[in-house]
Amino acid sequence: MGHHHKENFFSKYIFSMDHKMIAKQFLLTGMFMGVVAMVLSALFRMQLANPGSKNPILEFLLGSNYVTEAGAMTPDAYLALVTIHGTIMVFFVLTGGLSGTFANLLIPLQLGARDMASGFMNMLSYWFFFLSSLIMIASFFVTGGPASAGWTIYPPLSAMELAIDGSGLGMDLWLISMTLFIVSSLLGGLNYIVTILNLRTKGMSMTRMPLTMWAIFVTAILGVLSFPVLLSAALLLVFDRTMGTSFYLSDIMLAENGIMQVLAHDGGSPVLFQHLFWFLGHPEVYIVLLPALGITSEIIATNSRKPIFGYRAMIGSIFAIGFLSFIVWGHHMFITGMNPFLGSVFVFTTLLIAIPSAIKVFNYIATLWRGNLQFTPAMLFSIALVSTFITGGLTGLILGDSALDINVHDTYFVVAHFHIVMGLSAIFGMLAGVYHWYPRMYGRLMNLKLGYVHFWGTFICAYGTFFPMHFLGMAGLPRRYYDNTAYPMFESLISINEVVSFFAITGAIIQVIFFFNFFYSMYRGTKSPQNPWKSNTLEWTAPVEHIHGNWPGEIPTVHRWAYDYSKPGKKEDFVPQNVPLSKGEKEH
Amino acid sequence: MDLNFILKIVIGLLVIITFFQVIRLIELSSRLAENKDEVTDRSNKINGILLFISGFALVAFFFWQRAQWGYLTLQDPASEHGVLIDQLWDTTMGLIIVVFLILNPVLFGFAFLYRGRKNRKAYFISHNNKLEIFWTAVPTVVLSGLIVYGLMVWGDVTNVNNAKGGIFIEVYAKQFNWTARYAGEDNKLGDGHVRFYAPTNPLGVVTDNMYKIQSEDLDEKIIIDKEKLLVEKNIGKQKTISDRIDRNIAKQKMFKAYYNSISEEERKSGEDDIVVAELYLPVNQKVAMKFRSQDVIHSAYMPHFRAQMNCVPGLSTQFVFTPTKTTEEMRKNPDIIKQVKEANRILEGKGQQGNVEFDYSLLCNKICGNAHYNMKMKIVVVSQEEYDIWLKEQAETRMIKNM
Ligand code: HEM
Ligand SMILES: [Cu+2]
Ligand SMILES: [Cu+2]
Repeated sequence: MGHHHKENFFSKYIFSMDHKMIAKQFLLTGMFMGVVAMVLSALFRMQLANPGSKNPILEFLLGSNYVTEAGAMTPDAYLALVTIHGTIMVFFVLTGGLSGTFANLLIPLQLGARDMASGFMNMLSYWFFFLSSLIMIASFFVTGGPASAGWTIYPPLSAMELAIDGSGLGMDLWLISMTLFIVSSLLGGLNYIVTILNLRTKGMSMTRMPLTMWAIFVTAILGVLSFPVLLSAALLLVFDRTMGTSFYLSDIMLAENGIMQVLAHDGGSPVLFQHLFWFLGHPEVYIVLLPALGITSEIIATNSRKPIFGYRAMIGSIFAIGFLSFIVWGHHMFITGMNPFLGSVFVFTTLLIAIPSAIKVFNYIATLWRGNLQFTPAMLFSIALVSTFITGGLTGLILGDSALDINVHDTYFVVAHFHIVMGLSAIFGMLAGVYHWYPRMYGRLMNLKLGYVHFWGTFICAYGTFFPMHFLGMAGLPRRYYDNTAYPMFESLISINEVVSFFAITGAIIQVIFFFNFFYSMYRGTKSPQNPWKSNTLEWTAPVEHIHGNWPGEIPTVHRWAYDYSKPGKKEDFVPQNVPLSKGEKEH
Repeated sequence: MDLNFILKIVIGLLVIITFFQVIRLIELSSRLAENKDEVTDRSNKINGILLFISGFALVAFFFWQRAQWGYLTLQDPASEHGVLIDQLWDTTMGLIIVVFLILNPVLFGFAFLYRGRKNRKAYFISHNNKLEIFWTAVPTVVLSGLIVYGLMVWGDVTNVNNAKGGIFIEVYAKQFNWTARYAGEDNKLGDGHVRFYAPTNPLGVVTDNMYKIQSEDLDEKIIIDKEKLLVEKNIGKQKTISDRIDRNIAKQKMFKAYYNSISEEERKSGEDDIVVAELYLPVNQKVAMKFRSQDVIHSAYMPHFRAQMNCVPGLSTQFVFTPTKTTEEMRKNPDIIKQVKEANRILEGKGQQGNVEFDYSLLCNKICGNAHYNMKMKIVVVSQEEYDIWLKEQAETRMIKNM
């Protein structure tokens, strides 16, 4: 079957409605944004390692507005870079890039569908994403610079240009960009949900779906439920900024040309914004994390040549995490002056999340146990993900405990925590996914040795960068500090900062190997066999060459779950999902 | 173009060329070995060993950092409730360190033990209910304990009755510095509001005197403007002036309304308040701090006291604690001595005077604008006698008289 209409360059590569092409578009855009965000972090790490020293690269990249007369980064520039770094990493790389790539690529292929439920919406989703990326980057070049109030854009700081330069035109662009981004992710998310519910091939019952599908399914639900809340928060902020309403503002006085002005806003609450923001913000960290965990589940099972341990428990944990993630947002607000009793409720729900998380970790480790582990780069990144998920998740027990949060809230301890548990885990999951499904996207394998070099370099630098930050936080160093030499007591932290910056910058350089491998292998990589990892899932039954509709003939019918690896009594150590059960064979 | 620049370019080019040569070498070598980018027993073994090492390297890295940087982390708490918090911290930290030290080596150890070999077959097992119930139950029990313990401490620290018997101090935040207001004889802080701001009344304390001065000031402005309006010919300028008059009248109205909403008793209690730029606290005396901000959200972070609270415009927040160590006592802490020595060494290395001493500080810990990193106030903890003397001095030479 397959639809065979005439294709030209535009309909094939640019305004494509084919899910595989859209997945690649998301991937390339996400990778590009990743480079931007990484370069930003390298730039501000230079500032932190050598406070106040000349930064010619910054001046070259962004222009003289970002540096002092002596050529050093300005405090405003620092905050701008940190803000856009965070925004891009969280939303553009690990939400748009990660979900957009793997949901689009895998949903139809793993479930046995010809395409997404709506190819058109899918295309729109990408183009909204593209446009919002452009606007976010363009905001670097407007007067006042980009949004600089942190990726959380708390008002009043984000509401008034008088408070910080970045809250002028830059903040407008941030809000416009994020609005487009939200539209993109809603279009995508609805599509994912509908496709998963309706377009599964014959025999693909929900409980036979690979865990990637479960993860993406719950992720999409989280997104559809929480992004609209961010949109409303942003809209109210727009009203406060432009129409003089007072949703978030009250009793404010700022200097204008040296004269104190009491603003007309009255009766609003800045804390309201925080509630709305974190109602998205916390589910968002799982929107980032769950697809990565789903990818990992698939890769660890395949390369352990074993069924994923506790398939049903894994699904249960995904749902438990998804559900709980909606009722923990207050843990970001313990010290806003919220009612201590309300704080207690959030402590309770927050620490509960550790239970499904722990179950997932144990299941991963149990899957490795007595396996026959094939260390592809994808597998290595997946194992690294489990490690960072453990290391970073554990410090969540500290931050989720309100009494302890008093002293480390908003310090580098938090920066360490979320980079390890969310940043590294999700990036590792994304890289694992790229290595694993690259043959499915480009028909070739990525170079293995370069993959190994990339993995080991990245893994070492990742821990080297983020682990020491715990110590900065325990020394009481606040985050979003341009320079800590204003406090003599922090002078001695320079020895930690140097280690961090060394690993951060080395780690950034090592990514060149990955990009080289990625583009090089597209043209010169070894041609991939149809099922390079001897995997059970349906995507590997489709031909290597991409065709519209995915399978030339009928869509395969599914007869078993995705994890019949090394099943006793079978000749091979894998049994694809479309192989019928033999006589007397139990499902699992 | 100077030589240095050319040299940098040449080095840059060399690095890039080397990089591509290395890549070519790798490619050639894999061609020679006819490696089709498949994992082999050999690559599994190498990676397995590396993973095994990683598990222990991570543990070693952890201990190295503790040995190296442990003295930099916050020292013994300098407040009463800080002791409770630190006990909870040590318990939780101890627990997670143990889990970290077990799970990571186990993860990487398994990776090594079960590394792939051609003739090996994995063990088919899909689940084990008993095991799963066990490892669901254990974290559940441990976490329940942590939750109960944590909430007990939280309840103690934030109990609303804590403020009883404390001296009241207001900490006032604005871009980019802090001001403190002591409650004076009556130990009652008068109300404050941005509408009452005047250069002589930076915290906008509401008192009858302030009201009188400012309201007269406004009246005067309005009268002057009205006179100006009479003689002004230019229509554009007339408009500006009459707008200003309208604004000031509106301001006057709101000002009055706010004034009338504050009880007389409260207005009186502001009269003896003392506004200062440094925080002095008496040791072993409970302090009830009230926080206010005039522009954006700030956060008053006093790490040595394990105290922090946001300062939110339009909202009054509070944190109660009792300092237990004077600045002098804290300066004798061995870790502090080491840290100060190190800081001075570094400062001298930069050609500055290396004579800093330890002081408690209050830091801003919520992004608040470009000088966020430099928004601080010194805190000095002294004996009750020294505190009394200091406060008396402040009352006499206080920043703002005529409250
Ligand atoms: C390339 C390696 C990375 C480095 C060296 C790096 C470094 C940093 C540092 C030092 C900060 C704190 C700056 C400050 O508070 O003053 C920061 C902030 C942040 N980073 Fe990263 N980061 C990296 C990757 C990531 C990734 C993968 C994520 C994805 C979750 C991420 C998300 C964030 C966020 C959300 C913030 C907070 C921004 C804010 O304070 O508004 N970063 N990063
Ligand atoms: Cu959260
Ligand atoms: Cu501040």
